[in-house]
Amino acid sequence: MQNSLMPETRSRLVRFENVGLRYGMGTEILKDISFEIGPQSFQFLTGPSGAGKTTLMRLVLLSLKPTRGLITLFDRDAATLSKDAITDLRRRIGVVFQDFRLLDHLTTYQNVALPLRVKGRDESSYRAEVVELLRWVGLGERMNVLPPVLSGGEKQRAAIARALIARPELLLADEPTGNVDPTLARRLMRLFAELHKSGTAVVIATHDLALMDQFENARRLVLGDARLHIYE
Amino acid sequence: MNFTKSERHEKSRWELTDGRLIRRQEVPLVPAASIAGRALVTVIAIMTFLAAITACTAMMIADAAQGWNQAIAQEMTIQVRPMEGHDLEAETAKAADIARGTPGIAEVQVYTKAQSEALLQPWLGSGLDLADLPIPRLIVLKLDRTKKIDIDALRQALANQVAGASLDDHRIWLQRLALMAGTVVVVAVIIFLLVMIAMVLAVGFATRGAMAGNREIIEVLHFVGAADSYISRQFQRHFFSLGLRGGLLGGGVAVLIFLLSGAFSAFLRGTPGGTQADIMFGSFELTAKGYIAIIVIAGAIAVTTGIVSRFIVFRHLQKLG
Repeated sequence: MQNSLMPETRSRLVRFENVGLRYGMGTEILKDISFEIGPQSFQFLTGPSGAGKTTLMRLVLLSLKPTRGLITLFDRDAATLSKDAITDLRRRIGVVFQDFRLLDHLTTYQNVALPLRVKGRDESSYRAEVVELLRWVGLGERMNVLPPVLSGGEKQRAAIARALIARPELLLADEPTGNVDPTLARRLMRLFAELHKSGTAVVIATHDLALMDQFENARRLVLGDARLHIYE
Repeated sequence: MNFTKSERHEKSRWELTDGRLIRRQEVPLVPAASIAGRALVTVIAIMTFLAAITACTAMMIADAAQGWNQAIAQEMTIQVRPMEGHDLEAETAKAADIARGTPGIAEVQVYTKAQSEALLQPWLGSGLDLADLPIPRLIVLKLDRTKKIDIDALRQALANQVAGASLDDHRIWLQRLALMAGTVVVVAVIIFLLVMIAMVLAVGFATRGAMAGNREIIEVLHFVGAADSYISRQFQRHFFSLGLRGGLLGGGVAVLIFLLSGAFSAFLRGTPGGTQADIMFGSFELTAKGYIAIIVIAGAIAVTTGIVSRFIVFRHLQKLG
């Protein structure tokens, strides 16, 4: 077991140093969290339900501010970042939410294209790219339907495609296989593995031990009792 | 690609794809159905209507006041009161001669005894013998606007040479008219500002409601890398469209009301009541200036609606950060 920081000189996408978080005057729900995520790394974030996996991911996304400690994102101190700088950094991160967070009034195609659209890119410049990715995740025939019509697995794949479309340097996936059958779960994991091979750092939050066993070499970040334990 | 109903609300363009001309539309990221659009359009239409009616009525009254002002400023009156030991007719003739000899007076009209008595008829009724009453005589002077008149010299000459003569240059009336016109304009500006403030508050409430209803969408947009300015632009676009619809509706009804009132006024013009109203207020018709004002007000309200919503959303998002 290891709970130490990586050397200062190494490039890193995410670095937490003694980070703590509490809501109001309550007890700390995350204590002394220290870890790093390097480029092209692959890790699982695990722990029992309610251990704070989603909260930790929200800290990485800078949608929550820690009550203490230091967060560095792409070698920049998160505490000193302007809103525009945070927006720029978020564009380098893809995120798959546990509850998908697809916009119900947009089609699958439009949902997946969202990260490119908010960058101000013209639709004609990314249409082929989005269609290709949708075909790759097996949603080629479902690109023009609205999310309420999609099955759980299809929504999951659409959410993953949305996270990947902007070619992020870091992918955060919160329980990406929680709503799909084992076969589809294996298929989705292969998709993440391919993504990792292509150079993206991947963090998958899950409490599915069987899933993690498929990737024995992956690093494991285990949350328990509000603390993080790292198994390399 | 199939497009859903919500997509029809935003910008569209035509593109040549695979040899076919296809109409492509961009779906609004803030769903139109999530905003109480119809209620807001109604509120904005009412506010635009009130603002347009207030502004145009003030313009019409200001124009009418200017008309009275010009009419009164072109005339002066000499009043010759009967004095003991003086012949009223001779004094009146003397006063008229002095007026004729004064530069800047274009026309001198002496009211005869019968004409002066006729002026009292509406108050005293007919059939009375007014011969014994000391009725003053009036001389109406029409001014020549091209020449300057020395009113003080004329007043002095009348006082020195004509017994019982006084000159009324209507200065008090002019001052009162200016005060009334000014008051009307100030009241109209206050009402206009109150209407605009009420509209801005209504847009503010609607924007906050829309943000609360779309909190999840805003969060997703943030996570996929949308800047605050981009998200506020989405709201601005939608609220501008609502403001434009409300502004055109309210402005259109105001235009219709003025057109109908103008037609009604023209219809009444031949009647005694209509003639009196014409004398008091001039024609109850809106000039081109008024119609332009309505268009400007409707456009300004649409722009204000968009800007206010954008400002509120942007400020809220900045606070969230």
